[in-house]
Amino acid sequence: MSPSAAQTLPTVLDPEQTNRVAAAVDGLTPEQLHWVSGYAAGLAARGTRPATAPATPVERQAPTLTVLYGSQTGNGKRVAEELAAGARQQGHEVKLGSLAGYRPAQLRKESLLGLVVSTHGEGDPPDDAELFHEYLMSDRAPSLKHLKFTVLALGDSSYVNFCETGREFDRRFAELGAERIAPTVECDVDFAAPAAGWSQSVLAGLPELLPAKAAAQPQLHAVPSTSSADAYDKHRPFEAEVLANQQITTSDAGRDVRHIELSIEGSGIRYEPGDSLAVLISNPPALVAELLDVLELDGDRSVEIDGNTMTLAEALSDELEITALNQGFLKTWAELCGDEALARLLRDDGRAALRETMETHQVIDVVRKYPAKIDAPALVRALRPLAARSYSIASSLEANPDEVHLTVAAVRYRAFGREHWGAASTHLADRVAAGDRVRVYVERNPRFRLPDDDSTPIIMIGPGTGVAPFRAFVEERAERGADGDSWLFFGNRELRNDFLYQLEWRRHLRDGSLGRLDVAFSRDQADKIYVQHRIAERGADVYEWLERGARVYVCGDAKQMAGDVHEALREVLTAHGGLDPAAAEARLKAMRRSGHYQRDVY
Amino acid sequence: MADAPQSDVERIKNASRRLRGTLAESLADPVTGALAEDDTQLSKFHGIYQQDDRDVRAERQRRRLEPDYSFMIRARVPGGVLSTAQWLNMDDIANRYANRSIRITTRQALQLHGVLKRNLKQSIADINSQMMDTLAACGDVNRNVMSPPLPMRSAVYQAVLADARELSRHLTPATRAYHEIWLDGEKLDVDQANLNQGDISSPGKSAVEAKLNQGDISSPREGEDEAQPPAGVLPRGAEDEAEPIYGNTYLPRKFKTAFAVPPQNDVDVYAQDLGFIAIVEAGELVGYNVTVGGGMGMSHGETGTYPRLADVMGFVEREDVLPVAEAVVTTQRDHGDRTDRKHARLKYTIDDRGLDWFRREVASRSGATIAEPRSFEFTGNGDVYGWQRDEQGNWHYTLFVENGRVADFDGLPLMSGLRALARAHRGHFRLTPNQNLIVSEVADGDKAAVVELLDRYGIANDSQATPLRLHSMACVAFPTCGLAMAESERYLPSLIDRIDEEMAALGLSEEPITVRMTGCPNGCARPYIAEIGLVGKGPGRYNLYLGAGFAGERLNSPYRENIDEREILAALRPLFGSYAEKRRSGERFGDFLVREAIVPEVRRGRDFHTATV
Repeated sequence: MSPSAAQTLPTVLDPEQTNRVAAAVDGLTPEQLHWVSGYAAGLAARGTRPATAPATPVERQAPTLTVLYGSQTGNGKRVAEELAAGARQQGHEVKLGSLAGYRPAQLRKESLLGLVVSTHGEGDPPDDAELFHEYLMSDRAPSLKHLKFTVLALGDSSYVNFCETGREFDRRFAELGAERIAPTVECDVDFAAPAAGWSQSVLAGLPELLPAKAAAQPQLHAVPSTSSADAYDKHRPFEAEVLANQQITTSDAGRDVRHIELSIEGSGIRYEPGDSLAVLISNPPALVAELLDVLELDGDRSVEIDGNTMTLAEALSDELEITALNQGFLKTWAELCGDEALARLLRDDGRAALRETMETHQVIDVVRKYPAKIDAPALVRALRPLAARSYSIASSLEANPDEVHLTVAAVRYRAFGREHWGAASTHLADRVAAGDRVRVYVERNPRFRLPDDDSTPIIMIGPGTGVAPFRAFVEERAERGADGDSWLFFGNRELRNDFLYQLEWRRHLRDGSLGRLDVAFSRDQADKIYVQHRIAERGADVYEWLERGARVYVCGDAKQMAGDVHEALREVLTAHGGLDPAAAEARLKAMRRSGHYQRDVY
Repeated sequence: MADAPQSDVERIKNASRRLRGTLAESLADPVTGALAEDDTQLSKFHGIYQQDDRDVRAERQRRRLEPDYSFMIRARVPGGVLSTAQWLNMDDIANRYANRSIRITTRQALQLHGVLKRNLKQSIADINSQMMDTLAACGDVNRNVMSPPLPMRSAVYQAVLADARELSRHLTPATRAYHEIWLDGEKLDVDQANLNQGDISSPGKSAVEAKLNQGDISSPREGEDEAQPPAGVLPRGAEDEAEPIYGNTYLPRKFKTAFAVPPQNDVDVYAQDLGFIAIVEAGELVGYNVTVGGGMGMSHGETGTYPRLADVMGFVEREDVLPVAEAVVTTQRDHGDRTDRKHARLKYTIDDRGLDWFRREVASRSGATIAEPRSFEFTGNGDVYGWQRDEQGNWHYTLFVENGRVADFDGLPLMSGLRALARAHRGHFRLTPNQNLIVSEVADGDKAAVVELLDRYGIANDSQATPLRLHSMACVAFPTCGLAMAESERYLPSLIDRIDEEMAALGLSEEPITVRMTGCPNGCARPYIAEIGLVGKGPGRYNLYLGAGFAGERLNSPYRENIDEREILAALRPLFGSYAEKRRSGERFGDFLVREAIVPEVRRGRDFHTATV
């Protein structure tokens, strides 16, 4: 950075401070400077309160040994356990785990890795290493310059590609910049002796690689910077690269739900659990074509929007709302087609019918049902500008540096004899793939926040994709090492087919990051069971948590679920707290005001 | 060995409070379709294997979903005899809770696959409602007791079946855990119901029953229970729940028992831990030659593990069946290797300590006289297909069920056909150790109706299949079996097509050759006593074993390793050619290969990996 940066510093600093700041920011990239500004702003905002979030973008802990294993038979696990036990005996801290439960993105945080992996069939990784392998071999794999590693490969030399998986990992780690501390040891069926030799040699090198536990270093803490995140908005969105677009329900599930991972690397964007991500979208091409066809309009014709000239097809694709109906369009259309039924909807006595029409019909349904002619400029005037769509963020930035995750249910259904698509959900589900870019910006949601006090119990109620922000909550609390109780109510149709993030919840339950999980699968038994039924069943415990000051969070469907859950909470207070219904309602209101009952419903 | 730590399964058994573990809690855990890890070991003793659809395992993991867990339920059918009402009940459960198919196992049991955890308890309860159970169908205990299925020599057959059932009951675990967990505490004596089952005209008292009543059957050694106190607290009322034969940790490994009636060795008695070969003199069952130490399972690349055929230990009187069997079981209980599950079967105990030691131990524990074996001869281990008439004039029809899989296939409504038969037929169904089904005890006057039903559903396909196919077996393997390394049941039929073509080209189409395939080396389809054995090594790749005896009396020998279909056919082609040209009259394929020194004669299991020509 040029000295001019220091010269432009405001004069609130004395000359010595000015010099210190100038020295501190010297050589930083623009992204880093962005971050520092946010960091400073955060310090100011928090005053003297101890901050809790660790620094970004990637924080490396004091070096520890991580031992990972992937094996079909358990042999690999045993070898890994022996190595870990040996290292612990030397007094080192060791992380030990199966590749199946390991999030590859964590690699960025590792410093010393011992990997034990077997090879199967004609050179394939074992089942539990498959995803890790896929990730590491892909272009997404991060630079591993900070990593030291060694690999123990298990195999069977009667196969052609003996120990192939171990060799691949070894090669790939080196390619990604990691430093090999000992050559890969390849073991045949009779693996015990060479495996023990490998362990011994790793253990012998540990004292040098892992200095005795460093005294706890003062950690840099940052809070999200408003300035850097808010540098992006609808008019200046960040072009985030799609890292993954993965269906997380089965093909037998009633719904196609996607887990979308976006990279915000280099953007300086900070977000907190509870925030939303706004996504700028385009409309389904098939729908644009169909609309042009029905209206007998030429998509190549030029139109003007806000002083910009473009083709009508482009306008319908990228600038105008053609899925969600609005009254302005209905009014225009009613005048054009002269249909009495449509006109009646818009009069005062047609309210209920109008609401129903707005909920069930898209623009295309109206123009099909009530034929009329319209010219291109009039159409452009009648339609609303295409709005960005917001999704509750499903990730904790601390747990997923440089990434933001979304949980998106693809809306596709048949109605009125034709296919319907949700514009945003199918934009994300169907029209972007890994490597593509999506235009996004963060929307703050300060009314949906984890308690500052990590020991406060939290009850999270999030059926369906409403579970998204709670994934962020649980990840965040795990990163912070929060010790407060946590309880998630999740519901969907079938355990087998649409238990969103099931593996992650089970992992969080095992490691204590999630204290309790109750599930309601409506179609797994004769009677439909939903989250509100589970809340009622567990009423005594829910009440006890509320008495302990638990915060209640509800996310998801506003039409039905939020009301049903509210009702269930009120009944918990009447049944277990001895309140009459009015007092229970008042208590819930008070909880809303005090932030003990927060909702993100839509 | 005494210093080696016990295997993890021993810890689980010992802490299980006689097989309870946390099964009840596992069933109630709503956030997973699986059981807790330790409970997956214990569930086996209850006849339940946790499995998952391996075809979708990786994809589900990518979707952040746990594996598609479901359960295999194995129902015990001692001797393979079940009533048509019991069949209809299994059919109903299969269609309601399982994957709409029933599998006849290689040990005369029935399996359901694909039962979800939430339907497990109801399925087990429903099976028991027709006096069939699943207790001890799997696990480290004596499992389903086999007996020859085809009752051609009615009187002898009946007596042997009665002894098999008596032994089955005697070796059933005494724990009440099964009834507590699955039947809400209701105690059904399924074994007694089996004994009472009036399938055969007046079976009479079994010879051992008298001894049982005299309380003459030896108990386990005193002090056994004190030596291994239960780790947890037993439920109320169960404090006095004795497990007199097994003790707290049951057996070191699975234990299999079969009865055989020469000249048929359809039960493959040499593949069993414990076998009883009926000795018939002047038309009377006088006793049994007892066989010990058979077992198929081994591990690839570990030559310390091997398939082994049982030794004939000696002849015992019929009335000594229970005490001798119990002594064999308790000797294995006390001396089997509990540190290494790959070395825990009875066959290793005997190889490690010698047959003479074992015989003395059994004689001393049982008090029975173990005499020189009597002579007998086996001629084959396959089934006799089609209509057979027994000495009493009843008809029996053996239906070929490829790989034991009963389902409605395209163009072959086997499950529906058997349902119709079960509804119309008042006799029994019998399951054969070769995974086939016998419609049994058909009276003269009813035969036409059975024929009509077989024709209407088009399920009598034994006349269309080649002898090769009729002598083939495969285990389940993919997608449900967690051990499978390669396809088996889904693949063998098409491989048989190819081999049929090779044999037809050489004019060998009428030759029966036993072909058995398994997806892993554990040997559920007894591949090491097949003339052609194929054992999965990896996707699409198998080890080829050749040269076993047609009657299951000789092991085969490793011939090729890790080969694909093209290589399998290329390996067999010249051998078929040579067999077509040079075989002696009536000479079996396996015998031919040994005589021609193409493969060595494997005389002992421990030589399996090393024998040379």
